[in-house]
Amino acid sequence: MSMLKVENLGITFGGLHAVENLNLEIEKNELYGLIGPNGAGKTTVFNMLTGVYKPTTGKFWLDGEELTGRSSIEINRKGIARTFQNIRLFGNMTVAENVLVGLNNQMRYGLASSFLRLPGFFKEERDYSKRADELLAVFDLYDERDTLASNLPYGKQRKLEIARALATSPRLLLLDEPAAGMNPNETAELMNTIRFVREKFDMTILLIEHDMRLVMGICERVTVLNFGTELASGETSKALNDPAVVKAYLGD
Amino acid sequence: MKSNLRKIFASRVFIGGAAAIAIWGVLALLIAAGIFSRSMQSLLIQICYYVTLALSLDLVVGYLGDLSLGHAAFYAVGAYSGCAFAVYTNLPLALKFIGGLLVGGICAAIVGFLISCAILKLRGDYLAIVTLAFGEFVRSIVKIIPGLGGTKGLLGIPSFDSRVVGFTASYIVLVLVIVAIYNFTHSRHGRTVTAIRDNAIAAESVGINIKRTKVLVFTISAFIAGLAGVVSGFYKTSITPGDFDYNVSIEALVMVVLGGMGSIRGTVIASAIIVLLPELLRGMDEYRMLIYAIVLIAMMMIKASPKCRALKEKLDGKINGFRSRFTRKRAK
Repeated sequence: MSMLKVENLGITFGGLHAVENLNLEIEKNELYGLIGPNGAGKTTVFNMLTGVYKPTTGKFWLDGEELTGRSSIEINRKGIARTFQNIRLFGNMTVAENVLVGLNNQMRYGLASSFLRLPGFFKEERDYSKRADELLAVFDLYDERDTLASNLPYGKQRKLEIARALATSPRLLLLDEPAAGMNPNETAELMNTIRFVREKFDMTILLIEHDMRLVMGICERVTVLNFGTELASGETSKALNDPAVVKAYLGD
Repeated sequence: MKSNLRKIFASRVFIGGAAAIAIWGVLALLIAAGIFSRSMQSLLIQICYYVTLALSLDLVVGYLGDLSLGHAAFYAVGAYSGCAFAVYTNLPLALKFIGGLLVGGICAAIVGFLISCAILKLRGDYLAIVTLAFGEFVRSIVKIIPGLGGTKGLLGIPSFDSRVVGFTASYIVLVLVIVAIYNFTHSRHGRTVTAIRDNAIAAESVGINIKRTKVLVFTISAFIAGLAGVVSGFYKTSITPGDFDYNVSIEALVMVVLGGMGSIRGTVIASAIIVLLPELLRGMDEYRMLIYAIVLIAMMMIKASPKCRALKEKLDGKINGFRSRFTRKRAK
């Protein structure tokens, strides 16, 4: 059984069919790419899979459990985490706090412990800041743990977003244009990070990307979208050489 | 043994506690010795409850990032319910005060809970207008509830005979509120609040329940505003609906903004200055309010200047350096 199964997923805004009849099957531990020209509806797909938008048609399942139409909070708890195309960090909080917010749903101490600093508070805060530190070390962010997130350089902000998403201990990670705005060196480093995340956390990853070098470098399979419909899908090199895809990107 | 002592001396709990007791000691002594004039004594108590009120608003405006212009409503609900409890019960004064605080805080919290459920979908200007209207609404309702004195106000609220005791009681409430807010904002719950302020969409993407958190913050904030109301009632001995008009909400907002939203220390200092300012300018007669306004503007401008920020960072560094001196020695 595939980890993520998407069937006939579609959404319309007013009269506009932003995404139509999308089908996806992503296996466990796979690195899957979702590509397409600007405005093809890639981020809309992410927004449906994370509960930001409610799909008008179709359904999707995570490990056989249907999550269509659930709220963002529930979907995150069920194991889908994401990053954003335009980075969305908690800018006025430190790097470590950003990750701790991601860990929040696993922490158990209640309001009384917060107000009165009962023993549970100290124990959990200690345990979880250690876990946050471990996660930060993986992304080479440990030395910046006390810096404000908004003061991080761009590449590190991207990494922190991935770390925060991983803190919610997801099964499926959605990365929305992780290489956007990066130079070739940073992109190469990011590719390594993504591969590393997949191995270390045994993660299934679905990513949106414009940088074809990155897609060719790490994605096993891709689906190409244009104007909300699927142009091609399958093994990366085959799908990218599909005449319809070449036409969509380069014109006739 | 010695290193343990050092650790204790360097801890926030110790430094904060020692500072709180020292400030209380000096002020109480000055009151008891009659060095402070009567008006100065009452100002000290006013500072206590205004700071409490401003801190409660800071939770909503500074930490949660929602603009509320109706905090006078929670303040009023707390004052009226708590003081009515004190007026209509037959208990020793200390119990009337403590019971009044509980009743006032809880009633305000209930109102805060209900109103926050109603305004969950509102944001920004819309939220501000609705809370503003809500503030006026509560004030009108209070006028028609029997037993609360109508427009003439609730009279005969018991009060502490000695100013030292009155100040001490108000001061204790303030210190407890500061500790509670500090603890809350430095816990996992507090982190979710600032996360929502910084980026609501991202907060939701990591599974934070925005609605529940907002309701929680409004409820806590209303509880604290209610406490401030009770303290004010015990100081004034009579409260009228006119004491809770929107000017109170605005004044609390000025304190929060001036204190640099989301900062406990800043709010405390700004509130104290704003309460003291009209009094310090008393000699200027009719120019008093004019100068008050000019000073406010000047304070905002100075606060935002690079020089002042650099000075603040230097001060922060010094304080941290002082704290870590103890810990570093311990490590050696």
